[in-house]
Amino acid sequence: MTPLVFLALALAGGLGAGSRFVLDGLIRSRVTSSYPLATLVINITGSFLLGLATGLTLSATLAPEVQLIVGAGFLGGYTTFSTASVESVRLVREGRYGVALVSSVGMLVGAVIASAAGLLLGGL
Amino acid sequence: MRPPHLQPTLIAIVIVGGAFGTAAREALSLSIASIGSFPLAIFLINVVGSFALGLLLEGLVRSGADTGRRRNVRLLAGTGFLGGFTTYSALATDTDLLLRAGDIGIGILYAVGTLLVGLVAAWAGIVIAASTHRRRNNPGVGA
Repeated sequence: MTPLVFLALALAGGLGAGSRFVLDGLIRSRVTSSYPLATLVINITGSFLLGLATGLTLSATLAPEVQLIVGAGFLGGYTTFSTASVESVRLVREGRYGVALVSSVGMLVGAVIASAAGLLLGGL
Repeated sequence: MRPPHLQPTLIAIVIVGGAFGTAAREALSLSIASIGSFPLAIFLINVVGSFALGLLLEGLVRSGADTGRRRNVRLLAGTGFLGGFTTYSALATDTDLLLRAGDIGIGILYAVGTLLVGLVAAWAGIVIAASTHRRRNNPGVGA
């Protein structure tokens, strides 16, 4: 990887994180739910888009450098695993086991299915 | 006063943290090799990041209100750096690619292993921050 691609990838990750912050706030301010819906929406949409970008790259529609910057960069920064873990543990500590199961196992299954749909749509 | 997610300064703080977190993730994933087809780097990144975020957020919650410098630290190190350092999309897509390649066992081990070890790591971070804070506020207890 060239230094320029690495730099672009890091900047894209920053923009991805910024997008996550804004979208998270918008969802939280509009949806009055005690379920951490924002992280679910972010991780599932991000996984779908990474599947799509990966499918397009593997079917040689997208250049590998673009895949790195958009995939590992933007979408890597946009989606987050650590927040999902901490939110699930907090739900368990509050005794809300059903919601915790959705925010852990449900999110994982949803993200894997969303990414698989993206891969298919991308031509893989 | 605008809500935090619409304040340019706070968005910029998250972007800076996210860029460094993403750079750290990419540097580590370039230097840690996979074990066979198991994506070890992203597994370790997500587990370590979950532990660190649990530690950070619980420590901040227990040290006072989420305003001023404390909120800036949360946005820079938590939402920005650790949010950008860890990743969910790579977990999902790499799992799919393993399953599609017929590596069913490794794919399931990777997905379920990351989820479970990540939860234990976040829990450990939260518990350590909570007990450290309790000790600090009750120096006589347990001494």
